[in-house]
Amino acid sequence: MSVPILEMKKITKEFPGVKALDDVSFKVERGDIHCLVGENGAGKSTLMKVLSGVHPYGSFDGEINFEGELQQYRNVSDSEEAGIAVIYQELALVPDMTVFENVFLGNEIQKGIIVDINETINRTVEVLKKVNLDVNPTLKIRELGIGKQQLVVIAKALSRNAKLLVLDEPTAALNETDSDNLLRLLKEFKKQGVTSILISHKLREVIDVADKVTILRDGQSVITLDAEKEAINENVLIKHMVGRSIKNIYPSREKKTRDEVIFEIRNWCAFDPKRDRQILKDVNIQVKKGEVVGITGLMGAGRTELALSLFGNTPGYHIDGEIFLRGQPVKFSHPGQAIKERLAYVSEDRKGNGLILIQDVRSNITIANLKRILRLGVLDTNAEIKDAKEYTDSLNIKTPSIEQKVVYLSGGNQQKVSLAKWLYVRPDVMILDEPTRGIDVGAKFEIFTIMNKLVEDGMSIIMISSELPEILGMTDRIYVLSEGRLTGEIESDKADQESIMRFATS
Amino acid sequence: MSLLQELKQLLKRNIRDYGMYIALVVIMTFFAVSTDGIFINSRNISNLVNQMGYIAVMAVGVTLVIVIRHIDLSIGYLSGFMGAIVAIGLTRWGLPVWVVIPLVLIIGILAGLINGFFVAQLGIPSFVATLAGWLIYRGALLQATIKTGTIIIPNDTFNAIGNGYIPDLPLPNFLPDLHKLTLLLGFAAAIAMVLSEISSRKNKMKYGFEVLSKNLFVIKTIFIVLVLGLVTYVLAGYNGLSWTAVIVLAVTFIYHFITTQTAIGRHIYAVGGNPEAAELSGISVKKITYIVFGSMGMLTALSGMLYASRLQSATTTAGAGFELDAIAAAFVGGVSSAGGVGKVTGSLIGALVMISLINGMNLMGVDISTQYILRGAVLLAAVVFDVATRRRTG
Repeated sequence: MSVPILEMKKITKEFPGVKALDDVSFKVERGDIHCLVGENGAGKSTLMKVLSGVHPYGSFDGEINFEGELQQYRNVSDSEEAGIAVIYQELALVPDMTVFENVFLGNEIQKGIIVDINETINRTVEVLKKVNLDVNPTLKIRELGIGKQQLVVIAKALSRNAKLLVLDEPTAALNETDSDNLLRLLKEFKKQGVTSILISHKLREVIDVADKVTILRDGQSVITLDAEKEAINENVLIKHMVGRSIKNIYPSREKKTRDEVIFEIRNWCAFDPKRDRQILKDVNIQVKKGEVVGITGLMGAGRTELALSLFGNTPGYHIDGEIFLRGQPVKFSHPGQAIKERLAYVSEDRKGNGLILIQDVRSNITIANLKRILRLGVLDTNAEIKDAKEYTDSLNIKTPSIEQKVVYLSGGNQQKVSLAKWLYVRPDVMILDEPTRGIDVGAKFEIFTIMNKLVEDGMSIIMISSELPEILGMTDRIYVLSEGRLTGEIESDKADQESIMRFATS
Repeated sequence: MSLLQELKQLLKRNIRDYGMYIALVVIMTFFAVSTDGIFINSRNISNLVNQMGYIAVMAVGVTLVIVIRHIDLSIGYLSGFMGAIVAIGLTRWGLPVWVVIPLVLIIGILAGLINGFFVAQLGIPSFVATLAGWLIYRGALLQATIKTGTIIIPNDTFNAIGNGYIPDLPLPNFLPDLHKLTLLLGFAAAIAMVLSEISSRKNKMKYGFEVLSKNLFVIKTIFIVLVLGLVTYVLAGYNGLSWTAVIVLAVTFIYHFITTQTAIGRHIYAVGGNPEAAELSGISVKKITYIVFGSMGMLTALSGMLYASRLQSATTTAGAGFELDAIAAAFVGGVSSAGGVGKVTGSLIGALVMISLINGMNLMGVDISTQYILRGAVLLAAVVFDVATRRRTG
């Protein structure tokens, strides 16, 4: 057997008070697609930061061998020099610069002191071919879709002769088509001898592409599975990830939908003046009391736009159509009015516009409904503490205290804080936009359980998701959007992924 | 855990909050020693407080502006212009002082709302919008004072704001060298402080939060009372509490209350922390922007009046550079330029630090050019300290 391209031995990394990695050994064979899975906080990202030199040599115990040689990276450029390229979830691109400028950013091709633009463009075209991306390199990054941007980042890594690609949740923000493209690309790289490490929460894609899978749990490596020797399936992965087997990812619920329609939109249209585009056209949706209604569709179908346009229209679309809540027509020109009518919107982007990261758990929970703790115009801190404790306990939010800043919580716990914040407004109808994005299996299960409990208590939920299995597993009824139009409505019992995809692409 | 260990830990954990208090003590001690005690004698401290007033109220206002991720450069000359309006109102228009003061405050609010309009409604960057205001009010101040030059304000009631002291109790034989009402107020403040500390500790214990050990709590409380007592005693040794000090304390107290105890305060910090999240939480970012700029305008008018009253006149250059002094005080006081973080009480301390520097260096006879350089160094040090401690705790 040849020398592995990467061997990390007995890596231990401690942060004040936490052992993030505990004696982890990790070996990657040349030309493999090696997947790294584990719950949030299991240590995947830390391990990759140790590898890339974000945590420099000396700040951890253990050793790293790359291509058979002992490595001591002081910083990220050392590891890049060696041929390791880490691609993070947040794309490191400058949106207002062109594709070719971005690809060679920090690595400019120069003639003397002048940047050689022609050569840069030529080389960019070459490297874009390698990632099967056919775009004009003089376009600005801003003008590309997120899937293409992802490819530009990979092209950038290739332009520096990366031998080992590390991709941290590359498909988290991509739609199905773009995800498939990316995964196909990884398989192609494999043929060309480029090794990849893929970190992903999407077990299906792990099963699809992995040669080997290493599972981390609580900072330790549990096991490395070899696809050639054993069957890798979801159950096996989940069992190792959580240390127990979750039989059903989607907890069952007694369906008690009542006939009373609580929320309805009729002929809903939205036009985005900034993009000069009609983004929603004649959408009709009905939600009954105690029902979970799914809304799905491909990227750009208008799912989040629909939610935002309903919820006080913060993006400033030109909207048209009617909303009925509990049978009464309502109009919301600001989210505050929607909240007053007991509508809640849990954002897909909890860091961007869901939570106030620099504030503590307590303030985040109460911010959308401070009225509940106002006594004669003054905030009753005692009442606030009591409420915040109650909500953190009942949603099982793991935080050292309610005074902890939200930025320090894990993704799953942040999502639960987001949920707590919106439950605090005591909504009748709750719109959950991608409620499981970027959170681990255990936290997903908890969120689903909470959702079930809420609808059993009579709340109605609109669940927006691009993950078809969870839409199928959790909802009563599904609406499918395609390019801003409603193309299908199916009972979840009678639907499957193919039937939804047919609507989504029609 | 031993007391000393706990104290060490307490300092370490709250280094950001305590940093500027420690800096203030260090600066004051330094000047006290190097001026042979002149710096901390009653007369000078009393003078220092009056000197600080107009910057302190502005620093409180600009704190909130910076918290919501904006800036206001127009406030310097606006405050000068407001001073000129006061002078004209009292002299040329012959209005009584009780009409002029509220009138000018209202004009200040309107001026602030105009800034708010450009920033919130039209989305113009606050730096640009208020830079335009800076130029416009500079011109307005010149126009108002150009014919007459400096306008002398002959009104004693008005001039008392910047120069007068609160009356004393009519007990001429009891403690003849001290200002008794000041002592009484200081005493009352100490009692209030102790009671609120005890009740907050009790509450925290009730909810199982970590609290200081009993011994350290007692020491801390005694320390606060001692500091309060010392300040009161020093002030009582001269003419007692000045009206300027009363105004600054009242403004700080009210703003502290609003920012920490009311919904509007929460909304302000939410908008500063994450405007998109705030908007989706039902908070109108526009409304908050208007309120914060309106309040800034009002405090600017107040500052202009404090300054005019202190000089007993409106001058052609009043307000020049005040905006930068106020902004510097806010940053020294721990406001974060990234938004969402900063206390009004911190900015008050920041103003005290900056004025102590000026006052102390003047007493020492330090050349004005050196003064500017040292003030710049202190501002930089404060911000570097803030960034460094944030990185450690984060």
